[in-house]
Amino acid sequence: MIRGTVIIGLEVCKGCELCISACPQESLGLSTHINLNGYKYAELIKDNCTGCINCAIICPESAITVYRQPKPARKTTPAEVTG
Amino acid sequence: MESELVIEDLECVYKKPSTLTDTPLHYCPGCGHSIVHKFIMEVVEEMGIQETTIGVAPVGCSVFAYNYMNVDMQEAAHGRASAVATGIKRVRPDKFVYSYQGDGDLAAIGTAETIHTVNRGENILMIFINNAIYGMTGGQMAPTTLAGQVTSTSPYGRDVKQIGYPLKITEMIAMLPGAYYVTRQSINNVNSCRKLKKAIRIGFENQKLDKGTSFIEVVSNCPSGWKQTPLETMTWIEENMFPTYPLGDIKVSK
Repeated sequence: MIRGTVIIGLEVCKGCELCISACPQESLGLSTHINLNGYKYAELIKDNCTGCINCAIICPESAITVYRQPKPARKTTPAEVTG
Repeated sequence: MESELVIEDLECVYKKPSTLTDTPLHYCPGCGHSIVHKFIMEVVEEMGIQETTIGVAPVGCSVFAYNYMNVDMQEAAHGRASAVATGIKRVRPDKFVYSYQGDGDLAAIGTAETIHTVNRGENILMIFINNAIYGMTGGQMAPTTLAGQVTSTSPYGRDVKQIGYPLKITEMIAMLPGAYYVTRQSINNVNSCRKLKKAIRIGFENQKLDKGTSFIEVVSNCPSGWKQTPLETMTWIEENMFPTYPLGDIKVSK
């Protein structure tokens, strides 16, 4: 499986949940805390992100930056993954 | 930087376009305006035309569009964005000019300017955000409000016998010979968003051809005005807006 991750601007997010519904992996969820503006923010709750950029495309605040394993897939040892 | 440690062996595949400023958006959570702003600026960044693009901001919720779009912007009087864009394009025909208007701006007070701009075949891109309501002033009924839709000035639903039918201005201007590319897109899900971005790209590319006006209607949402959550508005668009405002290209000239 292609490995990816997202970085969400917690102070920019307004908690509209559009990214959560757009995620095919159901990796995103809404936080239990609030940010400085008083909004609950989206966060990565599962480690199965594939970097499909669906969440970032629909994010109204452009708060999401997506990272993905480069092509061709680089072979990593377990030590590298955990490290 | 904590974030860079986590992702050091991954490559960045999507980030906020550099043509959007870092100003926090004043729009409500889940508003379609922010999504469309982002796509316009992504297209500007991809085409490398940040220095040669001039936008015209409307009156409405998107009145502060010039704070967010890092290109040359001009604020227009209510409804007159397409007239201002006409002037800019005629003085500087080498620039990419677009107007960004809502439905109260383009389809209500600015109907005359809109129709005559398209009828003259001005070589500009017009982006029309249709959320069927006057969002900025508190959710009043607009010309584009659906039949039977409850707003703050039509609490029993829009009565078409008394007030008239939803104005399909996109179909109206598609009949004019000056219109070169007329399309209706939406932001209701990720696929629609990708199609919308392609349409905006075509609209900017058309300005190089000098064939006529490109017009993109975006069927959008208004969570505050419709009194729904952002997710509910997306389903509401599909169930109620699409029967009146079907998506797709309305006019593609060869």
